[in-house]
Amino acid sequence: MLRLWAHKEKDYNMFHWLEKHPFFFAVGVFLVISFAGLVEILPNFAQQSRPVIGTAPYSTLELAGRHVYIKNSCNACHSQLVRPFKSETDRYGHYSLSGEYAYDRPFLWGSKRIGPDLMRVGNYRTTDWHENHMKNPAGVVPGSIMPAYGWMFTSNADIDTAYAEQLTIAQFFSVPYNKPVPMKDGSTKIVKMGSSVADANALALAEAKIIAADMKDQDVKDAVAKGEIPEIVALIAYLNSLK
Amino acid sequence: MENRPLEYDYTVAKMFMLTTILLGIVGMLVGVILAFQLAYPGVNTILGSGLAEYTNFSRLRPLHTDAVIFGFTLSGIFATWYYVGQRVLKVSMAESRLLMFLGKLHFWLYLVVVAAVVVSLLAGVTTSKEYAEFEWPIDIAVVVVWVIFGMGIFGLIGIRREKSLYISIWYYIATFLGIAMLYLFNNMEIPTILGTSAAGESGIGDWYHSVSMYAGTNDALVQWWYGHNAVAFGFTVPIVAMIYYFLPKESGQAIYSYKLSLLSFWGLMFVYLWAGGHHLLYSTVPDWMQTMGSVFSVILILPSWGSAINMLLTMKGEWQQVAASPLIKFMILASTFYMFSTLEGPIQAIKSVNAIAHFTDWIVGHVHDGTLGWVGFMIMAALYHMAPRVFKREIYSKSLMVSQFWIQTVGVVLYFTSMWIAGITQGMMWRAHDEFGNLAYSFIDTVTVLHPYYTIRGIGGLLYLVGFLMFAYNIYKTMSARSVEESELQNASPMGA
Repeated sequence: MLRLWAHKEKDYNMFHWLEKHPFFFAVGVFLVISFAGLVEILPNFAQQSRPVIGTAPYSTLELAGRHVYIKNSCNACHSQLVRPFKSETDRYGHYSLSGEYAYDRPFLWGSKRIGPDLMRVGNYRTTDWHENHMKNPAGVVPGSIMPAYGWMFTSNADIDTAYAEQLTIAQFFSVPYNKPVPMKDGSTKIVKMGSSVADANALALAEAKIIAADMKDQDVKDAVAKGEIPEIVALIAYLNSLK
Repeated sequence: MENRPLEYDYTVAKMFMLTTILLGIVGMLVGVILAFQLAYPGVNTILGSGLAEYTNFSRLRPLHTDAVIFGFTLSGIFATWYYVGQRVLKVSMAESRLLMFLGKLHFWLYLVVVAAVVVSLLAGVTTSKEYAEFEWPIDIAVVVVWVIFGMGIFGLIGIRREKSLYISIWYYIATFLGIAMLYLFNNMEIPTILGTSAAGESGIGDWYHSVSMYAGTNDALVQWWYGHNAVAFGFTVPIVAMIYYFLPKESGQAIYSYKLSLLSFWGLMFVYLWAGGHHLLYSTVPDWMQTMGSVFSVILILPSWGSAINMLLTMKGEWQQVAASPLIKFMILASTFYMFSTLEGPIQAIKSVNAIAHFTDWIVGHVHDGTLGWVGFMIMAALYHMAPRVFKREIYSKSLMVSQFWIQTVGVVLYFTSMWIAGITQGMMWRAHDEFGNLAYSFIDTVTVLHPYYTIRGIGGLLYLVGFLMFAYNIYKTMSARSVEESELQNASPMGA
């Protein structure tokens, strides 16, 4: 018989006792499994995620676009985490810094790159590129296995929910809307949050018009002209904000 | 005193056996569809472009993972609990009307949650966190179901006749506590209705929407503490509970070593929770946490192999049973895959290996040799062992079982070998530089090269699904097979030709 250590039966008294006392057994298990969390996870919360200079909160339209991104689980295939290797910084730009994620609730690092990383996609792709690509990925990138996202051109983004989220994060997490945020060039930027639902929709629409001006799809342009915001417009606003 | 065995009541166990099989079929079918979508993107519009939103890869992917984790596996855990629990505690569910009621309530509420999850995921209502995609209303329902499950466990323990808790019970208790802790902390979120009503503007946007309590790096840290340990307490701990009961029972062999059981159990409990950091190597999580994740992943080999070796040595001197019984085959292969998977994981958790493996299909391969080879095989073996006892019939066909075993084994092997090659190929191509120091390949080069491996993986998955359908058919036919004469079956399960 395999002898791991040469103990006698009485040395197991503690375990035998535990196995007859389910309550204390359960307490024991709970203490043992919570130990790692206390030591390893909690310390990071002592230092709040602080934004680096140049990181601003998401605008209403960008946040609505982020919701489109999440709704379609884009994070199932695309990461948003550039690791500190030459091959990654060559391909995607500067490696990720913790403070760049300060306004990401939830984080969208992903766990699998079926497609490329999108952490800084706003630096090297344009509205026009995204429009064509989302309609027909393989037409823009031959050999692409990404499916088309045609419905984003016809269904509308949910600005109300994005605004509700802004209200929530401004209140509970002190996300600095309507306050100056420092930028890399020394200037400051103010990301506006509407004062009412109507105001928030008007702000989002103003942003959407800028995006739509660079798009070709006539239906999308018409929709925006009518005051609607198709999902694709919000998504592109979000993707363009990733820098 | 009458000397007759207790009449155990398997009503709830049977209900969960049904969902194990049904949700297993759903989850695996979706998995096969996903696999072929990557090999042949045309499959994304399998129901026409009008329904593309609901059939494309990204929308279906969480449905696959959640259906196999919270559908198939969790049902399997529940089914075996409602079977094993009574037997090792020597008490029947029928003895307590309260426990019987809780058991049935557990099942029906679970079904309601499953339905809500399917609808919400197809509609794209998700928090994006892997294996924790559900929005807060579903989270609350999940907690209720889990509490009822816990009441059932501790209720049954409370009225037990056998005073000493058998090893399987340790693992079921740990499953209950572990998942409860992980799920609660990872799903801490603030419903937006709280934010809007505080601002004096209630009723804006979707009522079920919420925001994570944690931001960015902290969110990632909690998510992968959860994600990794959901594997621990969903795919490891309860499956070990099963094999500790079913292998000795089916083979008639006593567990090889109590010491090894102790070492493995308490070791696993302590070490597993540290290892989540290996999902975040080279990320923006503090370096010491990454290192802890790496180091503890390697240490984790010890308790994992402790259980597996304990299982294999339980068969000492009785290896002819592996040749003779397909049921034993399933369990022995399951523990072998457990050893394999728990060695592969730590290798991938070494930082320099992870630099290549992370974000590639090698990780997908690793998950699947664990889930298909270990979890899937063990749950099917458990249900095969239970079927003759809950239905009082012999297993319909032994030869069907044998062919199923080989078809699925080939399927798993095709799956993980193709994913090894795909993952390492892609990882190496991403980092390749040419002689001038420029990137050697564009991203799309590293995608098109994977086509053959994606195809092989799809075939591997399809074979596993075919085997699972054979399993479902075999269990279904068992319900009308020749009845068993013995009132209480000992050891080896009776099987028809």
